[in-house]
Amino acid sequence: MSKPRVAIFDFACCEGCQLQIVNLEEEILDLINLVDVVEWREAMSEQSHDYDIAIIEGSITRPEDEKRVLLIRSRAKILIALGACAATGGVNKLKNNFDMKEVRQCVYGKDADLPHLDTYPTKAVDEIVEVDYKIHGCPIENSEFARVIRALLLGKRPMVPDYPVCVECKAKENVCRWEYGETCLGPIIRAGCGARCPTAGFRCFGCRGYVDNPNVEAAREVMAKYNLTEEDLKTRMVLFGSKQGPTL
Amino acid sequence: MSKNISINVHHITRVEGHGNIVVNVKNGTIEQCQWQVPEAPRFFEAMVRGRRFDDIQTIVSRICGICSISHSFAAIKAVEDALGLEITEQADKLRLLLHYSEIMQSHTLHVGYLVSPDLFGEKSVVPLVSKAPEIVKKIIKVHRVANQWSELLAGRITHPITVIPGGFSMIPSEQQLKDLKKQLEEIVPDLAAVCEAVLSVADKFPAFERETEYISLKQDNPPLYALFHGDITSTDCNGDGPVPVREWERVANEYVTPQSTAKWTRWHRDAFAIGALARFNNNAELLSPLAKKVADMFGLKKGNCNPFMNSVAQLAECAFVVENAIQTIDALLSKGLKQEKVKVSPRAGRGSGCVEAPRGILFHTYEFNKNGECVAANICIPTNQNHANIQKDFEKFVPEFMHLGEDGLRHGMEMLVRAYDPCISCSTHMLNVTFVK
Repeated sequence: MSKPRVAIFDFACCEGCQLQIVNLEEEILDLINLVDVVEWREAMSEQSHDYDIAIIEGSITRPEDEKRVLLIRSRAKILIALGACAATGGVNKLKNNFDMKEVRQCVYGKDADLPHLDTYPTKAVDEIVEVDYKIHGCPIENSEFARVIRALLLGKRPMVPDYPVCVECKAKENVCRWEYGETCLGPIIRAGCGARCPTAGFRCFGCRGYVDNPNVEAAREVMAKYNLTEEDLKTRMVLFGSKQGPTL
Repeated sequence: MSKNISINVHHITRVEGHGNIVVNVKNGTIEQCQWQVPEAPRFFEAMVRGRRFDDIQTIVSRICGICSISHSFAAIKAVEDALGLEITEQADKLRLLLHYSEIMQSHTLHVGYLVSPDLFGEKSVVPLVSKAPEIVKKIIKVHRVANQWSELLAGRITHPITVIPGGFSMIPSEQQLKDLKKQLEEIVPDLAAVCEAVLSVADKFPAFERETEYISLKQDNPPLYALFHGDITSTDCNGDGPVPVREWERVANEYVTPQSTAKWTRWHRDAFAIGALARFNNNAELLSPLAKKVADMFGLKKGNCNPFMNSVAQLAECAFVVENAIQTIDALLSKGLKQEKVKVSPRAGRGSGCVEAPRGILFHTYEFNKNGECVAANICIPTNQNHANIQKDFEKFVPEFMHLGEDGLRHGMEMLVRAYDPCISCSTHMLNVTFVK
């Protein structure tokens, strides 16, 4: 069997998720032997229109980028949304809480109306085309990336956790961030990160998106226990959860 | 020699972000020669409005995946300036140590993975794996150690978790710092081997010079090769005192140009350069012994105006951060590490923060209301500050290297852009080369 041809594309994002692929270090040499990387602008000069698996990083914020996504989808057998920006819109969706004209004026002042500075409300990739798999996180966990690619090569469907971050956090025996008076999003956010932030002494701010059926009632009870309001929760959810659709 | 040249590089490769190069020569006359930045703007300065002071670093670190630690620090310093917060000596030293790790991982990525394929005549680092396996393994090792170094202090390689206004949410143990020191001592020979390998192909750096204004931080008290603290200086300052960070807007002078979604900057001239070569040109005498040795190997001297030598200055800085990090760890361990509680209350105010990101000086300013909610932000990204200079370099480079023909010229211009280690999604997005026929 010939090796699957893989292409990696980037849109509006920080390109930190691609960097996590590079950060596989020695392991990337093994992965590269299993696939044929035909396009990866950030790392190599070659380009190709012929690929089996397309990996898209970043959000879509302009009509011309939307056209490019449609083209990539039409060429790829499998489409993977890599990281929060592609999978849910990520931090870029903070912009959607403002009027687009006002946003342009805020950053570019009197030049705001120049055509090349155009922008529309941020979209995740699956708001434009069908996405086969999502790799969540800001940034992604590169072990999860390697696991998804390995599963695809074996013809299996990769497993994405559908339980909250709290499950992983408890397993690590961390003291709950709520005990420190912080508003942590662990109860409603999809696990898979190993509760990285609470383990480093910081609240979960929801970069992996919501679990499929967040236990809202339990979250309400916990908030009441710690004298926090829904407003407190919303000011934190807005970071990575602004105008967010389903995450699977 | 061809009298007509048409180059149109749409989305230049092996750089972070999107940029285009467009050159059009007809009958030996240059009709067009442009550096264009078409990256999709993301409007961070607008998005942070309404967010709390302790969410700012979490949001703006996402400006850039490669220099997320620098963005976090510039933001946190600005928040601390606005809120009137002092941090402890221990927190400051741990931050410096973390900042060095990003310089190391970013420079290794740039020189090792993005620039070296040009020097060895390949299109990416992938074919180098079989062509020069030993050296690639050393590059990967140095890169891995730099990343582990970041992860130990930041809780993650990219988008740090532990750095917060007022200090740290978590610090490493003394044993972990001792282990890190050992790792750093062990990679010195690997780093030296990487320098030797680059030296063996250093003749591939084009002999190109253009007199340029170089801007960077300068730290006097105590004198230290400035990467984390200091005031703003320039090779054009001619004895004028350094400019305080709070006044950075009069240095950067940002403006909008039709050929770029990223803003451009100018100070004493119509363009200036920042980054490792700029820092070297302002502070070379403060480098550590090993770093000076690296610069000497390549004949790099203060006042160098060859932008391609930026990669060499980065190698010297790699040696510097390793040596200075070892000293910093010793200083931390000699006093013993203490868990420090951070308690911060909001107040109204405006503050600025600055660090040298791997690719150059980075400025953040924020204004907060009495509830600690952000009401205004201004961020000036390193790559933005180099865009105008890349354009000026192009205008001198194209006539000088036209004799190489279309392919040679295109390759040279791509190398020139890469030399600046651009981070275009930072600056918004950046590169494409178009040779129009």
